[in-house]
Amino acid sequence: MIEFRSVSKQFPDGTRAVDDFSLTLPSHRTTVLVGSSGSGKTTLLRMINRMVDPSGGTIEIDGADIAQLEPVQLRRSIGYVMQNSGLLPHRTVIDNVATVPLLRGVPRKKARADALALLDTVGLDQTLAARYPSQLSGGQQQRVGVARGLAVNPNILLMDEPFGAVDPIVRAELQQELIRLQSELGKTVVFVTHDIEEAFLLGDQVVILRDGGRIAQVGAPADILADPADDFVASFIGADRGKRALHLERRGDSDLLLDSEGRLAGVLVMPGTSAPSPDSPAPR
Amino acid sequence: MTWIWANLDLLWDRTLDHLVLSVPPIMLSFLIAVPLGWLANRYRAGRGVILTASGLLYAIPSLPLFFVIPAVVGTSLRSPLNLVIALTLYGVALMVRVVADGLASVDEDVRQSAVAVGYSGWSTFWQVELPLAGPVLLAGLRVVAVSTVSLATVGAVIGAQSLGSLFTDGFQRGIQAEIIAGIVLTVALALLLDGALVLLGRLLLPWTRLAATSRRALRVSRSAEGSG
Repeated sequence: MIEFRSVSKQFPDGTRAVDDFSLTLPSHRTTVLVGSSGSGKTTLLRMINRMVDPSGGTIEIDGADIAQLEPVQLRRSIGYVMQNSGLLPHRTVIDNVATVPLLRGVPRKKARADALALLDTVGLDQTLAARYPSQLSGGQQQRVGVARGLAVNPNILLMDEPFGAVDPIVRAELQQELIRLQSELGKTVVFVTHDIEEAFLLGDQVVILRDGGRIAQVGAPADILADPADDFVASFIGADRGKRALHLERRGDSDLLLDSEGRLAGVLVMPGTSAPSPDSPAPR
Repeated sequence: MTWIWANLDLLWDRTLDHLVLSVPPIMLSFLIAVPLGWLANRYRAGRGVILTASGLLYAIPSLPLFFVIPAVVGTSLRSPLNLVIALTLYGVALMVRVVADGLASVDEDVRQSAVAVGYSGWSTFWQVELPLAGPVLLAGLRVVAVSTVSLATVGAVIGAQSLGSLFTDGFQRGIQAEIIAGIVLTVALALLLDGALVLLGRLLLPWTRLAATSRRALRVSRSAEGSG
């Protein structure tokens, strides 16, 4: 469990990135911090592994004040995945994944064997092990980044807009992969994004942030959708523009779902039946 | 030509002398420039002072330097050590800026991510920043190597035996072949050291070559797609 207690952060240039922020992030769940730029979401994430130290308040991990912990040791016990993968360009894939175990003194042979197994876990072919990051696609690099984050089997995994720089199709793949991994591994994931769709897809708990790290609303995606706390939240999740207010329209044999401006959002399918498809036989 | 065939032993000895005089300054200037360049890159305030001061070293004419060094270090006026020290100073003058620029060229995202996964300050420098600055350092070191080999010839005027002795001796005794042999061997030695550094770079910086080839492969496959 990660607990923020009245945390604030003022940078030397005077900007107040975070002001009196309090939040509990439950263990083995995914908490998504979502907000536009300037909402302090990345600052909040980076406080958890002491890349940034708060100017006020305390952060506790399982009851221990992290200000008392040695930063380098703390970081080696927390998985970290960032945008553009942050891989070391001069190390091969396998060495990148084995980076942190090697720093923690795991023997080279074991670290490499473990890293090879982790490539399987994140859905990468082991033949990529000897390549350098520049020889991989963006999606593959991001998977290596996730494997590196998991290499010390950390309880906590911090993800800073990890899928922000890949194209939408690869992003959707990576999101599904993360959902699968999380259902197997049950890490305490803290995920930062500016994409509300991604937040609702991945988050058990979604935290919508305003400027200066002020919380606009915290809750499960369904709760936020059902009951936006205020106009800011409604606008942020697109409810005010009618994007979330869908209605039915009958076209031929199908029930189409349209938003309030008449744009097509999907097709209504009764549970237990498959979606209508022109090249599959009708269900008997 | 007959002079050359008759004096192969001498040419070989002078070449070895020259190597012994120029390799230590190349290595020493690198070793000294790394911490200075690191300081210049790390501390904004120190940057101007360190880079200007080390750059000024290069402006000192070599002949007066050969008299100043014995006075400061306490070596004898005719010791080859004076030449080694002078060449090291010139190497440092070139290399400090290269190290500072090389370290500054390391992608900030990569540095940050190294710190975020748990590299300490010390291991970030040795295992991330220094190797990633490698291509820039190598380029600088190649310039230092060639310029040191060429500068080492001036050792002849203070009595340090080198390929430069072939010029002075050739002029004094009017042996043109000796002068030309000195020039050719100096150039050859410079090229040899340069080639050795390139090989060392390929050995120590394998990813730079792979990145280049994979980019080329990508271009080839793209143009193939374009034409097909």
